[in-house]
Amino acid sequence: MTDEPQRHAVIEVSDARVSFGAVKALDGVTMTIMPGECVGLVGHNGAGKSTIVNVINGGLTPHSGTIRCSGTVAPRYGIGTARANGVRCVFQELSLCPNLTVIENTRVMHRTLTGWGWRRRAAAIIKAKLDAIFPGHGIDVASPVSDLSIAERQMVEIATAFSQVAQPVRLVILDEPTSSLDASLATQLLAYVRTFVASGGSVIFISHILGEILSTSDRIVVMKDGRVVAERAAAEFDEHSLVAAMGSVVKGRDIAKTIKPTDGLQPLLTAPPRRGKGLPFQAFSGEIIGLAGLGGHGQTDALVDLYLSRTGSWLNGRAPQVTFVAGDRALNGVFPLWSILKNLSIAHLSGLSRRGGMLDDPGEAALGQAWKERIEIRTPDVDNPILSLSGGNQQKVLFARALATPAPAVLMDDPMRGVDIGTKQEVYAILRAEAEKGRTFIWYSTEMDEVCLCDRVYVFNNGAIVAELKGDDVTEKNILAASFMGAAA
Amino acid sequence: MTRLAALARRPWIWSFVAALTVWAATILFTGGSSTVGLSQAALTFAAFSILVGIGQMFVITLGPGNIDLCVPATMTLAGTVALKFMDVDNTLILPGLIVAIAIGVAVGIGNYALIKLLQIPPIIATLSMSFIVQSTAIWTNRGLRIKPPEALAKFTTETSFGIPNVAFVALVLSVLAYVLLQRTVYGRWIAAIGQSIRAARMAGIPVDGTRFVTYILCAVLAAICGYLLASFSGGAALNMGSEYLLMSIAVVVIGGTAVAGGDSNVPGIWGASLFMFLVVSMLNTYGAGAGIRLIMTGLIIIAVIVLAGGRNPNQR
Repeated sequence: MTDEPQRHAVIEVSDARVSFGAVKALDGVTMTIMPGECVGLVGHNGAGKSTIVNVINGGLTPHSGTIRCSGTVAPRYGIGTARANGVRCVFQELSLCPNLTVIENTRVMHRTLTGWGWRRRAAAIIKAKLDAIFPGHGIDVASPVSDLSIAERQMVEIATAFSQVAQPVRLVILDEPTSSLDASLATQLLAYVRTFVASGGSVIFISHILGEILSTSDRIVVMKDGRVVAERAAAEFDEHSLVAAMGSVVKGRDIAKTIKPTDGLQPLLTAPPRRGKGLPFQAFSGEIIGLAGLGGHGQTDALVDLYLSRTGSWLNGRAPQVTFVAGDRALNGVFPLWSILKNLSIAHLSGLSRRGGMLDDPGEAALGQAWKERIEIRTPDVDNPILSLSGGNQQKVLFARALATPAPAVLMDDPMRGVDIGTKQEVYAILRAEAEKGRTFIWYSTEMDEVCLCDRVYVFNNGAIVAELKGDDVTEKNILAASFMGAAA
Repeated sequence: MTRLAALARRPWIWSFVAALTVWAATILFTGGSSTVGLSQAALTFAAFSILVGIGQMFVITLGPGNIDLCVPATMTLAGTVALKFMDVDNTLILPGLIVAIAIGVAVGIGNYALIKLLQIPPIIATLSMSFIVQSTAIWTNRGLRIKPPEALAKFTTETSFGIPNVAFVALVLSVLAYVLLQRTVYGRWIAAIGQSIRAARMAGIPVDGTRFVTYILCAVLAAICGYLLASFSGGAALNMGSEYLLMSIAVVVIGGTAVAGGDSNVPGIWGASLFMFLVVSMLNTYGAGAGIRLIMTGLIIIAVIVLAGGRNPNQR
């Protein structure tokens, strides 16, 4: 009813839903980005931050929900539409071509830089933007990207996203841009974000460093399990309330854990502090140890190093010390040409062979049958190809492969990805039973509920162990606090 | 019917179908007069391809990028040195074989040392190794043709029960290779490495040890083949291995072994080796000129691979 012209949102996503199989990545998210504001986006791993970013930059079409650009519904919203509407994205994974120069990479992102003299124009544009964002950056724009350090590449990527060639830049999505920048560069970037916002641009800012989010954003959106759980002006949050908003309500079903006295016992596995930083790692017999922290902060590397240092690549003894359950099935788990049985027995072949390395077929078949029943691999016949199984059942085979060995320590690299809840409960029960018999489990998980099942938890940050939590201290709140404490330091 | 269908799914069946077809076509053309002679010649020459083919198959099973291009040079060196060592003395036949095998072991160690220590891709490592080995052969041989011991020459050229002796040797080694591949832990390991080297390492397989043994095995089989071929052809020649470079790879591929690794079979090597010899004989019988013969050989090989490659879409 008012005459005042309504300002349209740059992007308006309403009730977006995206699911990957049984996993609901976005469960009805509504998000409005107004011109001239910086929106901070926080949440734990798997909360749906990257998914909503991909929806906004056009890389992912939501299964339901609408997207409006400047007030009008965009029926077929894609990467092209997003760019035409001035949406730019700086990816967490660096996306420059390392063999091309900075100038050529600018051309890759800005297709309209064509015709005679595009190199000169591109050089001028990218250089001006780098100077504006990172004064005194010292990057030679004619050098190939492979000669630049990680921080310099990130700077180039940020500058490319902010530079204006044909369409005006209206919304820039920064997905953890400061993770590879040092403090002074981060400060420069955050200052530039504020000037960009002051001149009418919008920014979606994702970071795990809460201080940055609080100081830079106008508004903070907290996501959890594919939903927006809190959305308030930045001034209404402080670090503590932000952590609390990210965490779930403490569940009542948690049982009190007994802390096993470990003093004076000989540890089963030890590892010195990684890269000379943080705490050393120790594992005792019969423990379930969780590796927590934000995803990709060195947990998988720690597990792999532990495994490789305890097994030989030239000879292997009959009694392996450790065994491994892969999380990335396609990369380092499944042998795709083989049957379920062969996939299951491969780690325990030395135990199944007679002298001279000849295989014991009846023994192998019996092992397969026993494990098929024990962890309920849903297949009529273990001689079927492994790829005939669903992902969750393939994962069960990988569990059986590890548990069938006599190894006293089992290393697990986020093995429950894409596994349904029923299977998870079955596997948890098996883990408990095996741990009571004296097996040690070292378990990296990105799911908070699973980490909370562990007796003891090491929290990782930037490749090092920053905290150790025991028994009743293993709670979602403590783990979150520890992961961010390290990040802020 | 189901049996026939199951047989048609075997990857090696196509190489036998091809070999039989070509054999029949040749026999028909000559009116049946050459049946025995052609079959014996085919078995003899196929035996040499089978020996190097089996070794190459083990290496190719290790997965993408794994190949041994040193096979011809190893054959030449082993043949030359073994014959020189035996010096037409019948009592030294067995020690001569041991010398040949020792050369194979040494070449295999050298190959894997280059691959592992210098981090060179196998295709380059084995090729550069082959220059070293070939040069050593030239240096030892000095262009002379050394005759084999009489008993050994006789053994390699004669037949027992109408079957060439070298075919028996190939049969025994093929059975051993089959057992090794299908029935032992080592066979499982190489198939696992071929499917995913990373998954194999994380399943506790000693990846380096297994690959090392495989490269040695391939070189040893090439050395045995060189020893037999030199004795068969009345003396070691410096170019005796040259046609076995392509041959060793071709018989593996035509035989139905997955080029991408992880899935191999021994019977296919037999079908493919017979086929490779028979195609050339057929074209010779038809009186085709050298140029046409090469072109036809190439086209026929491509046709067989395309046919065999269309098999079992579920498997890969």
